[in-house]
Amino acid sequence: MSSRHSLFGPLEDVAADAGHTDPPPRVGFFTDTSICIGCKACEVACKEWNLVPDDGFNVLGMSFDNTGMLGADSWRHVAFVEQALPLGGQNPGLSGLPIGPSGSEEQAEVAAAGLRHDERGGGELGTGPVDLGMPSFQRPGDTGGAEGRTDFRWLMMSDVCKHCTHAGCLDVCPTGALFRTEFGTVVVQQDICNGCGYCVSGCPFGVIDRRHGDGRAQKCTLCYDRLRDGMEPACAKACPTDSIQFGPLDELRERARLRVEQLHEDGVTEARLYGDDPHDGVGGSGAFFLLLDDPEVYGLPPDPVVPTRDLGTMWKYAGMAAGVLAAAAVSAFAGGRGR
Amino acid sequence: MTGTPGDHEDRGRHDGLPRREPLSDDGALDHRARMFIGERDVGRGKGGGRREQAVVPEAEFRSYFGRAVLKTPVWDWKIPAYFFTGGLSAGSALLAAGADLTARPALRRTGRVGALVTLGASTYLLIADLGRPERFHHMLRVAKPTSPMSVGTWILAAYGSVAALAAAPELMPRRLRHTVVGRLLDASGRPATLASAAVAPALASYSAVLLSQTAVPAWHEAHPYLPFVFTGSAAASAGGLGMALVPVREAAPARRFAVCGAALELAASLRMEAGLGLAREAYRTGRAHRLRRASEYLTVGGLACTALLAGRSRAAAVAGGLALMAGGLLQRLGVFEAGVVSTRDPKYATVPQRHRLDRGRPVRSDSR
Repeated sequence: MSSRHSLFGPLEDVAADAGHTDPPPRVGFFTDTSICIGCKACEVACKEWNLVPDDGFNVLGMSFDNTGMLGADSWRHVAFVEQALPLGGQNPGLSGLPIGPSGSEEQAEVAAAGLRHDERGGGELGTGPVDLGMPSFQRPGDTGGAEGRTDFRWLMMSDVCKHCTHAGCLDVCPTGALFRTEFGTVVVQQDICNGCGYCVSGCPFGVIDRRHGDGRAQKCTLCYDRLRDGMEPACAKACPTDSIQFGPLDELRERARLRVEQLHEDGVTEARLYGDDPHDGVGGSGAFFLLLDDPEVYGLPPDPVVPTRDLGTMWKYAGMAAGVLAAAAVSAFAGGRGR
Repeated sequence: MTGTPGDHEDRGRHDGLPRREPLSDDGALDHRARMFIGERDVGRGKGGGRREQAVVPEAEFRSYFGRAVLKTPVWDWKIPAYFFTGGLSAGSALLAAGADLTARPALRRTGRVGALVTLGASTYLLIADLGRPERFHHMLRVAKPTSPMSVGTWILAAYGSVAALAAAPELMPRRLRHTVVGRLLDASGRPATLASAAVAPALASYSAVLLSQTAVPAWHEAHPYLPFVFTGSAAASAGGLGMALVPVREAAPARRFAVCGAALELAASLRMEAGLGLAREAYRTGRAHRLRRASEYLTVGGLACTALLAGRSRAAAVAGGLALMAGGLLQRLGVFEAGVVSTRDPKYATVPQRHRLDRGRPVRSDSR
């Protein structure tokens, strides 16, 4: 059933380790962000298929991202990063330098500066035309020719639950609501979850969350229902550029390795894989990514570790502390028997 | 946001009114778009928008619009309050057992009844904090060694049954005392008290593992120290309860227990702050810092009062006992708050991880 790597390290067969007999091959996502166009079809398909409620219609001012982050009501999240950095072929070797501020922040400052000089501090906004001194709304590349090129680049990345080999959420779940499926994915059983909220703090990626008004933990199921019917998950199905690829994990890892090689040959030297390594802190994730910058730029933890790794050490300290408490109690009574 | 999410949720569920879904980034530092900033200076560093000038220079790091990487815990004040009542219950059970063996009836009574009452409070707090309280018994479906909450559930179940049995002789109505049931309960009092005392240290210390086995930086990094803070504080508050409710001449063990516990709590707390990396900042700033500083003052005051005056004056014993209990409660609230803060600011998760990578020492299973 379980091997010595059950808590940390690579696992040959994650479903078998969880007790499945003769499981199908482990499946997952390879999300190639270099060909993501930010259409958010994955977000929509996911919501539609899984009946995920809306998370509020917000304007976040974060480039084209109005979802914000993964959560109970967002199982796919497309991140948009605006950078002043030339694309691969033009790379002048600046990749080690800090990224510039996001365009939206720049716009915000221009708007704020305009408002400060305004007669009524912007109070008449919406009642008449006001020149805020906004930069143009023309998108980079709109002109089509070389004359319109800037050093702007736009990173887009569709984030999702990582379906870790060693899943922090699964390890800490006290009810057994979270379980490892025969496909090697991690799913919450909605009829079991009692909303204790431990998984929310157990996830090193900040993926799973408790739904307001519902009280249960919610996250991507990798479309468990569709998998059982032999279909691919809704987001991968809807992705028009195959930025989201679904398949057996071994196959995806091989494909991803070739893609990185190809990109490096093409001069996109910053391309790197994230979450593909079975020796990393979560034993490799079922959903992994090809990124064009450091993971933290996309809101991902750069070196995530499953908290369960330190399980033994933590209980050792707790045992010592329990011993100290017992000793204190004994000495409290034995210490002054005369009194 | 401590307090709000749970309350909000409960209201939403019980009054049945359609409620607007909160933002998916509820609790993130910048969950409002900052289009009109006014006079505030916008941080331009790599760390996204920092709000104010900190005393310590800001750690350099990159982030996605300064957003949190981790989810903020969905627990509210009830969880740290439970850690307090659970510790108090465990300490009281230990005092009850000692008092039973050394023939101190008043201390025994306080210990047994105190352990049961605080256990009741613990159970209430734990169940009330669930997203689906009516499903609390789902905790009993499985016994899962990798989940400290599952381990704790079983510790609590074992402890609860013997603690109730231990308190039965103290709470039994007089007319029951001479019936068969009464005599049985009387006879089982001592074994039950000893059994509850045997489980008590586990009850007082497991909650530290529960906090530590999370991705919350301030809790996880503190895993070598938190159990000692928690058991120390359990002894201090249980000793405090004993001192406050038991006549001075019988309460000497409670006073010694309290002094021992308070000293352990203070030492472990200091050691924790010294031993932490970046997470220290979460403990040393803001509300977490204020709560823990207040806890320190109360514990030091309670300790002095216990050691110097509580053996002579009942009033001093009551004052010292209350101070120690308040100190224990504030300590748990402070530790909890530090964890919450460390999830809101992405730096606590990102910076140590980035340092590991930059030094070429990522966490790997093949290089340990």
